[in-house]
Amino acid sequence: MIDERSIAAAKRAQTSERTRSESWLWSQVAVLLSQIRSMAEVFLHGFRRRETIQYPEEKPYLAPRFRGRIVLTRDPDGNERCVACYLCAVACPVDCISLQKTEDETGRWYPEWFRINFSRCIYCGLCEEACPTYAIQLTPDFEMSEYDRRNMVYEKEHLLISGTGKYPGYSFYRVAGRAIGGKDKGEAENEAPPVDVRGLMP
Amino acid sequence: MSVVAMLFFIVVLLFALLAAAALLTWVERRLLAWWQDRYGPNRAGPFGILQAFADVIKILLKEDWIPPLADKPVFVIAPAIVAVTMLLGFAIVPLAPGLVIADLNVALLFFFAMTGLSVYSVTFAGWASNNNYSLLGSLRTAAQMISYEVFMLLSLVGVVILAGSFRLTDIVDAQRGMWFFVPQFVGLVVFFLAAIAETHRLPFDLPEAEHELVAGYHTEYSGMKFGLFFLGEYLGMMLSSAMIVTLFFGGWLGPPFLPPIVWFLLKTAFFVCLYLLLRAALPRPRYDQLMGYAWKFLLPVALLNIVVTGAIVVATRSPAEVGS
Amino acid sequence: MTTAFYIFGAIAIAATILTITRVNAMHALLYLVVSLLAVAGVFFILGAPFAAMLEIIVYAGAIIVLFVFAVMMLNLGDVSIEQERRWLSPDLWLGPSILSAILLAELVYLLSIGDLGAPPGEPVGAAAVAARLFGPYLLAVELASMLLLAGLVGAYRIGRILDERTAERTSSAEREPVAAGADAPQRVEATAASVFAHDGEGE
Repeated sequence: MIDERSIAAAKRAQTSERTRSESWLWSQVAVLLSQIRSMAEVFLHGFRRRETIQYPEEKPYLAPRFRGRIVLTRDPDGNERCVACYLCAVACPVDCISLQKTEDETGRWYPEWFRINFSRCIYCGLCEEACPTYAIQLTPDFEMSEYDRRNMVYEKEHLLISGTGKYPGYSFYRVAGRAIGGKDKGEAENEAPPVDVRGLMP
Repeated sequence: MSVVAMLFFIVVLLFALLAAAALLTWVERRLLAWWQDRYGPNRAGPFGILQAFADVIKILLKEDWIPPLADKPVFVIAPAIVAVTMLLGFAIVPLAPGLVIADLNVALLFFFAMTGLSVYSVTFAGWASNNNYSLLGSLRTAAQMISYEVFMLLSLVGVVILAGSFRLTDIVDAQRGMWFFVPQFVGLVVFFLAAIAETHRLPFDLPEAEHELVAGYHTEYSGMKFGLFFLGEYLGMMLSSAMIVTLFFGGWLGPPFLPPIVWFLLKTAFFVCLYLLLRAALPRPRYDQLMGYAWKFLLPVALLNIVVTGAIVVATRSPAEVGS
Repeated sequence: MTTAFYIFGAIAIAATILTITRVNAMHALLYLVVSLLAVAGVFFILGAPFAAMLEIIVYAGAIIVLFVFAVMMLNLGDVSIEQERRWLSPDLWLGPSILSAILLAELVYLLSIGDLGAPPGEPVGAAAVAARLFGPYLLAVELASMLLLAGLVGAYRIGRILDERTAERTSSAEREPVAAGADAPQRVEATAASVFAHDGEGE
């Protein structure tokens, strides 16, 4: 059943094929003409706008959330935001982040050293997402070529910037419940004073 | 021309051709970019023109490697053949009245002899490389160039009938009344297609189709040996453009406000650019399409062109004129 | 001019001897091309530029390329080189060479006694060649064209037979999935293809 129909369809297609093959010469000429048409179209492309961005003189537009060079930011008080929790190092799929935790006399954690190997980094932004304190951030900057590969290893002094980056007002220790020098338990923003569990008052 | 003047002319032409071939690589890249909404190499020097010389220096300094299993003497000779034959081909091209190295009475046949010999470059290169891609590429070239040579010759018989001579200066002089592209339009189309196939430029670059044959016959070549193939290709492009101009577009003829040689060079440059536009615009045909088009369409058309041209010439001219 | 003639002649003879003695077919062909080019040079000097150019276009440019083509297709390797080397042993070439040497001696003797006259001073142009070909030698030209026509028809016939064989093979290969009961759209395609193939044979 379906075979009969398909054969009929094939035959119909073939008869139309045959009428076309009668004008075989015309089809050859048509091939030539279509080539000339595409040549004309390509030629007219010469008068279109150039798509090239002449890079060093003409900078490309980079979106605010462009994932480029990684920085370590500071909180509004000018202290390091990084609390050396190692989450970025764990999240990094290519293991390009390494650091060493240490703490100051007031109990505040910070990285003793912090190292990102940018020759391994794939700029995926997972470290930024993992960071609980908005310390590590990716910036719209990609111009970090070096002649020596070893220069692609950035230490803490290269990474640390003086500003707050994308989150201007945020300070982790100001909202976190942890006591550090100058701020005791219950003194953080929106934090209730600690409950005295030994007291009998409600 | 005296012997000294002739020698001077030969040396000047030689250097001009080599420089033009080098410069053409830059022109090609700029033009391709222009048609593809880009800029192309525009950094080195004004408009990036020094890019051509940077490329020449690069290719000269590259390692010139011969594969251990290659047939060494043949491998070395092959790239030289194409450069030499193409440069020899320019010996018969009349740039201006009197400005031609060898005004042979069989100049047109000399041109065919040189293009015919350039086939060896590709076939020997492919065979001597001892590489399957190269061998396939050169097999294709041998078949392609022999078939296209056949009706390249046939397409020009019409021109020879009209001019009554194989001498290129005579052919140009015969075009004083009307350039031959009007009466010989079919011949022009066939010759142009055949010339593209002979120089294996895109879209007929099946011998070096990189998507199936890596680089075809010059897969194993590097350094200046590869450079010679490159040179031969660009020289071939210029030679066939010069031949199209000489045979169909009146050679050096043109309105007298420009000197003849400028007219010749301008026309040649136009056809070289047309070559590049073809490369920018057209995709490669399949190999059987290429050969089928040659034998089933272009060959009959060329033969028909000869018959019609001959009949018209016999009918309209007196026997004395035809005989001369 | 005479010096150039002798140089061309010497090159032609040397290249031909090298063509015979090379064991590698490709090298032999390379020398054969050189030999043909030298002969073309001889023609040119003797005042036959048309013949010289035809020698290069037809022999060097087309026929030897076909030889090269065939050698590349056959992929002759070390085996054939070994075979050629055996064929070049003296007991094989000594007999023919002695006979050819006698012929050569006779030829030289005949040339030395006979007066061949001066070589033609006038270059023989294309028009003169054409007038000759379509004048006194018209019969030979027509015979040659008949021979070529026969060759052409033969080649066309052989090509047709090969075409039909490939068409049969592809059409029978495409019919198989129908017998195996493949799903419907595939079957439609296969049937259509076999219909085309049959009609292609019939044309």
